[in-house]
Amino acid sequence: MIAELGQLSLILALIIAVLLATLPLVGAARNNERLMALAPSLTVGHFVFAALAYAALTHAFLNHDFTVTYVATNSNLLLPWHYRITAVWGGHEGSLLLWILMLAGWMLAVHLFSSKLPKPFVSRVLAVMGMVSIGFLSFTLFTSNPFDRLLPGPLDGQDLNPLLQDPGMIFHPPLLYMGYVGFAVAFGFAIAGLLGGRVEREWVRWSRPWTLMAWSFLTVGIALGSWWAYYELGWGGWWFWDPVENASFIPWLIGTALIHSQAVTEKRGAFPAWTVLLAIAAFSTSLLGTFLVRSGVLTSVHAFANDPERGLFILAFMILITGGALTLYALRAPRIMTGKGFDYVSRETKLLLNNVFFTVSAAMVLLGTLYPLLIDFMGWGQISVGPPYFGAMFILLMTPVVLLIPFGPFTRWGQDNALRVARPLLASAVLAVVGGLLIAWWLDAFNLRAVAGWIGGLWLIAGSLAYVGRQKSWRLPRHQLGMILAHAGVGVFVIGVAMVESTTFERDVRFAPGQTMEVAGYTFALHEIASVKGPNWIADEARFSVSKNSRFIADMAPQKRRYHRSGQVMTQVALRPGPFRDLYVAMGEPLRDDSGAWSIRIHVKPFIRWIWLGALMLALGALISATDRRYWAMARREAESDGKAKASTAKPDAHQPAISVT
Amino acid sequence: MTPRRKKRLALVGMLVCGVGVAAAITIATLQDNMMFFVSPSDAMAQTLPADRNLRLGGLVVEGSVDRDPHSLLVRFEVTDGAASLPVTYTGILPDLFREGQGVVAQGFMSADGVFEAREVLARHDESYMPIEVARALEQAGMLHGPLGNGTAQP
Repeated sequence: MIAELGQLSLILALIIAVLLATLPLVGAARNNERLMALAPSLTVGHFVFAALAYAALTHAFLNHDFTVTYVATNSNLLLPWHYRITAVWGGHEGSLLLWILMLAGWMLAVHLFSSKLPKPFVSRVLAVMGMVSIGFLSFTLFTSNPFDRLLPGPLDGQDLNPLLQDPGMIFHPPLLYMGYVGFAVAFGFAIAGLLGGRVEREWVRWSRPWTLMAWSFLTVGIALGSWWAYYELGWGGWWFWDPVENASFIPWLIGTALIHSQAVTEKRGAFPAWTVLLAIAAFSTSLLGTFLVRSGVLTSVHAFANDPERGLFILAFMILITGGALTLYALRAPRIMTGKGFDYVSRETKLLLNNVFFTVSAAMVLLGTLYPLLIDFMGWGQISVGPPYFGAMFILLMTPVVLLIPFGPFTRWGQDNALRVARPLLASAVLAVVGGLLIAWWLDAFNLRAVAGWIGGLWLIAGSLAYVGRQKSWRLPRHQLGMILAHAGVGVFVIGVAMVESTTFERDVRFAPGQTMEVAGYTFALHEIASVKGPNWIADEARFSVSKNSRFIADMAPQKRRYHRSGQVMTQVALRPGPFRDLYVAMGEPLRDDSGAWSIRIHVKPFIRWIWLGALMLALGALISATDRRYWAMARREAESDGKAKASTAKPDAHQPAISVT
Repeated sequence: MTPRRKKRLALVGMLVCGVGVAAAITIATLQDNMMFFVSPSDAMAQTLPADRNLRLGGLVVEGSVDRDPHSLLVRFEVTDGAASLPVTYTGILPDLFREGQGVVAQGFMSADGVFEAREVLARHDESYMPIEVARALEQAGMLHGPLGNGTAQP
């Protein structure tokens, strides 16, 4: 009964989305106040019914309603309640529902926080997002209905994939989706701008905090996925250049370019058309990511359902949305005039370089991800592109970015002098080189990658702090504080990656109870292999104690679990995290001899926490920037002056030169 | 030419050069890191280059897994139904590695006809078979029907 209500809610949400995608648009075109006034209430209704559908599915999970096919395949009686809540997005159908709920949530937020913006503009934004929602709602209802019944229902369900029975999995998909879907807001603003025929600095300013927030969520989502893969997959890696990882990384790269180009367009009015194009690209690549993951065209560790019909649907939808957006762009772009010119040495140039490197990186990742598909499609055989391609290319493309970042904030808009920019950073450069060499030597990691990583990382941190030191007051405005934090975060990330990739100690060994072994200065002693029981699994547990120079450090107990229901075997890694190194122990398999030995994987990973710390600093920086009062305060002031200007005469506002006037 | 035009020409020239260099580097790196997928039948039918990183896919032959008692060396055979190929690997096998199940091994062909795997991948979902493996099996006639059936779903 509840499941049917959920289904009904989804259908109602679809109907509302159709209304939302059409009526306010007509209203905005004809300046019909009453039609435009429908947008807010439709947005609220859309959210309410999406939330009801989501609640209905959660209810089915909590109450073990195995007559719902989706519940029967993703849950069972032994599954703890908190995993029954997260199991809602553990499979294909439910994760789509989560996507829809989040889109509805972002739309509601746009409605709530944009009440001061011009009515036609907000109506268009909401209508465009409504169109996106139509696509996802009909995709869910017609190809992947989570409320499909299985009658008669089984007594017990299959299990949630054990890999997903983990705290990291509770937050990884929702945050990632928040980021993906968040780009729909920037997309909506861009399309609304094009539809209105005016691409102006104002709408770029209004969309900036939204883009920053979406990017921030995406950053945390990707970082959590990396952290989860590190401790859950049992391989000890933090990034695999797996096609599905790439699918989330491409929108991130484009999004990074977008938040920087938005800064230029908002502040100086330069390259507005490019900013619009990036906003379209960020959301399109989010859709592409969904297509790649959901259609099963990629061979990947994340492989979900493999259903050509679903793939075709998303592909068609993607072509419709992206194609439509690009057509509109082609029609309207000639009317977007260019902004003020700028010199070679100027902040515009710096940010342009940022955009070049980030979009080229995105193209590089896209090429490596799609190339095997193309080759296969052409019937030229089956290939895959190895991680070294991505690694080598990415380092090549990001080295100039690392070198240039600290110069950015010091450079003036329009025109500047290279010497003037370089002078305040001289001390940082010296500090980075000397400090980098010394630290790498002191850490006994005196190899090219570690030294380069330390120099680059210190350069970013010192260079960013140097900017704070040069200001009159330590109390920076939030958008600058966020920028400094994020740029320093890149430095922390660079150091973490360089140390992990250059000086990780990895060893797969044969280990018998009673045995002791020295690994990278740490003494590992295996006491026993015990049997332990969990709510829905049994496990072999290896009990180690670890010491260094006869000083006890930790007990570590990795497990090999077998889940009752599915019979699936899972490696449970034992971790001893630390700010400067992680100890990592995973069980392989029992070796069939008399000593009861197992194959054991032992890693000592230096500075790996810095990778995720850096990512969190990036995300926090973006979040702090997004809350800067100037975006919100200005939005209000401009909306008022805009209203006044319209009321008096039609002449363009003298203080806010429009980039294009139709 | 006006100075403005000169400036633009220089900019365009730089852009073209930059894009050219970037494209050349990208394609060269891509070529170096491409891994061809082979089935045991392919490996038997032709001499594969010894210096090339390959991906071998198929099913682990039942009863073929042989573990060295004193080290982490494992020997097993991979089959696509028509032919089978011996594989050696030193290290820890993934959780879902099992006899009779699909597997992808990444490594090199040695001179004596043994595939030396550097990495062994099994999927993380019990019911999912690597698409490459499904295809190799299908071509050898071990799986019937379209690909969709080969990649079983719950």
